[in-house]
Amino acid sequence: MSEGLHHHGGGGKMKKVIMGNHALSYGGMLGRAQVIAAYPITPQTQVVELLSEMCADKVLDAKFIKVESEHSAMAACIGASLAGARTYTATSAQGLTLMHELLHWASGGRLPVVMGNINRAMAPGWSIWSDQNDSLSQRDTGWIQFYCASNQEVLDTVIQAFKVSEKLLIPSMVILDAFTLSHTYEVVDIPEQDKVDEYLPPFNPPIRLTTDEPRAFGGITFPEHYYELRYKLQKDMEKVPALIEETGKEYEKMFGRYLGDVDAHRCDDADLILITSGTMGYTARVGVDELRKEGIKAGNLRIKVFRPFPFETVLKIVKGAQKVAVVDRNISYGHHGIFYQEVKSALYGESDGLPLFGFIAGLGGRDITPSDFKDIAHYVLGKDKPEERIVWIGVKK
Amino acid sequence: MKNKKTAKKVILKSEKEWPLMPMSLGSMLYNKTGAWRNIRPILDLKDCIQCGICWKFCPDVAIYIEDEWPVIDYDYCKGCGLCAEECPKDCITMVEEEK
Amino acid sequence: MKKEKEKKMKISLPEVELMHPGHMACQGCGATLAMRFALKALGPKTALCIPACCWSVIDGPFPHTSLDVPIFHCAFETAASSASGLKAGLEMVGDTETTVVAWAGDGGTFDIGIQALSGTAERNDDVLYICYDNEAYMNTGIQRSSATPYGAWTTTTPVKHFKERPKKDMVAIMAAHHIPYVATASIGYPEDLVKKVKKAKDIRGTKFLHIYAPCPTGWKCRPEDTIKLSRMVVQNAVFPLYEIEDSDKYTLNIKVSAKKPIDEYLQIQGRFSHLTAEEIAYMQKEVDKKWEKLLSLIN
Repeated sequence: MSEGLHHHGGGGKMKKVIMGNHALSYGGMLGRAQVIAAYPITPQTQVVELLSEMCADKVLDAKFIKVESEHSAMAACIGASLAGARTYTATSAQGLTLMHELLHWASGGRLPVVMGNINRAMAPGWSIWSDQNDSLSQRDTGWIQFYCASNQEVLDTVIQAFKVSEKLLIPSMVILDAFTLSHTYEVVDIPEQDKVDEYLPPFNPPIRLTTDEPRAFGGITFPEHYYELRYKLQKDMEKVPALIEETGKEYEKMFGRYLGDVDAHRCDDADLILITSGTMGYTARVGVDELRKEGIKAGNLRIKVFRPFPFETVLKIVKGAQKVAVVDRNISYGHHGIFYQEVKSALYGESDGLPLFGFIAGLGGRDITPSDFKDIAHYVLGKDKPEERIVWIGVKK
Repeated sequence: MKNKKTAKKVILKSEKEWPLMPMSLGSMLYNKTGAWRNIRPILDLKDCIQCGICWKFCPDVAIYIEDEWPVIDYDYCKGCGLCAEECPKDCITMVEEEK
Repeated sequence: MKKEKEKKMKISLPEVELMHPGHMACQGCGATLAMRFALKALGPKTALCIPACCWSVIDGPFPHTSLDVPIFHCAFETAASSASGLKAGLEMVGDTETTVVAWAGDGGTFDIGIQALSGTAERNDDVLYICYDNEAYMNTGIQRSSATPYGAWTTTTPVKHFKERPKKDMVAIMAAHHIPYVATASIGYPEDLVKKVKKAKDIRGTKFLHIYAPCPTGWKCRPEDTIKLSRMVVQNAVFPLYEIEDSDKYTLNIKVSAKKPIDEYLQIQGRFSHLTAEEIAYMQKEVDKKWEKLLSLIN
């Protein structure tokens, strides 16, 4: 692991073969995080281990608080952010959900904490494998949510997340699949530190906790005052898509890569569009390419920014299609897959005639293969409209 | 300490005036807690030895020192009776508040 | 009627006031006096992390405050973890002067906040943790905490089922963390309290101060008895005032040569009015035992 530390930032472009977790660490390092408070949980441990080494080697000038739980991790990040420091952390599943109360705190407190989350299935039983319920069950907490499918994307997204979050004072989470991304080694172009510094200036909030101007933050707020605070949070959340585009273009200019809110593969002339997220989005590409060989005009729309939900982008892309199939690696019990619900709400009133099929797959890390996507496509093509509310892929019946 | 006389209650009208996160914009000095009283302390300086105990033990900072003597600020005094209880010379008596 | 004298007022505490009137505390509130005294010792270069507790309410609602120091109103369990984070953040933005104080009630310290406190102390983060102890969850309406003493009535330990477990020895727990400074204080001895806060403030690492702060509302006692109780509790050794430095040097601060029996102390608090002579005798024995044990530790 330590051999990676000999080349850090500055001078000369560098490509390294690193795992997804380390892409998160590099993101925090290049983003010049100032306070990191984190607690280990499989499969996030490598993120914090590398960050600890970077701090110890003084490659990253940050205070690393080795907290005793994820709840304390987020509490410490919030305290540090309130002081005006750039804060960063990472967690997964049980750890993320343990922080739940404080996720609301960070967003309501307008504190731009950035956090990496490894999507891992919720216990019981214990699972360390990929599933999106942990992060999606936080979708109402007022955090920006990015879903990544490559280690390069992870690194680039963390850097942009700092910029977007600090501009609008809304926290972000950068999400990647357990093992299929967190532990997968890929080639990553590591930007130079001085260029990142140019892109991302130091955190300079308009208000911070200081004895120069003593204020009480977060006190009792009666109904006559609370409402407007939350109105303002939503209004600022609505500015996020435009800011992601703007900062994305800036990033592209400087580093040659554009992130955007979705990754559309062969959707322009597609009759059938598969909507996916995370690493299965890349698997779906393979499926789409194979379907195309069969003569089926399939396309894959991988959603990268989930909160705020990219209503307009999704609508624009699916409007031309004849059928849409959403594949969820999660489920909201008593309802449906969560991406399905959100896409459906985006289509309502806009594309009411468009048949929308919902599939659940891969819970608890069960593998999703290109062949699964082909099966989904054939199933959908065989039906005029959905017959079942939910179709479960691969359940052993 | 902030000026008690000028402290005003902060009134917010348009959402544009709200801060982004709940944070204080003014002081509680506008809140004249003297209205809470049922009984009020009467201070007779005749036997006062200037020991500072009444000033020290007021939970509402409603006794201040002026020209080396204690003064009760009835705008804020809640009538708890601690000053009367603690005064070593019994200079303070609690009487019914006349309303 | 002012007398003309050249004599000056005797002020045994710093005169500076960082707490102003207009706050929301009940009449005779011990917690406010604890804050007033602590702030006199701390001075303006102080930041408070206040979790859910009476002080969340006392300070006053948005958009007003009663203190002249910044406050971070934090989640219930997070007094210590928020303070650790705040301290780290302040240092990273160049402020190494501000003293970060976690100011929590007994609930947020002994119960729900104990994990975060243990974490902060184990790491020896540079935080001054002050627990003002009114011996129950007073802010939510007088429910029992692990700081509630044996025999007390609370809304969740009604008279027929009063609290039977002893008060948790938080000072011993904190001393076991090997932190540089642990001490008890009482608002009945403000000079001692101020001295301890000042001393703690100048030490680097985690410092823990346990302050006895009566609550007339929850203890069913007269508001004017708050200071009397705060003196009695030291004189009868129910709440002795001592310091533990570097986890092994014990110093008794207020010497009690002949400790008083606890009867009068119990009698003036309605929360103990249901106790039988037997139960009081048991309580006296426990106080005696604890006192002997403490005396054996004093250097």
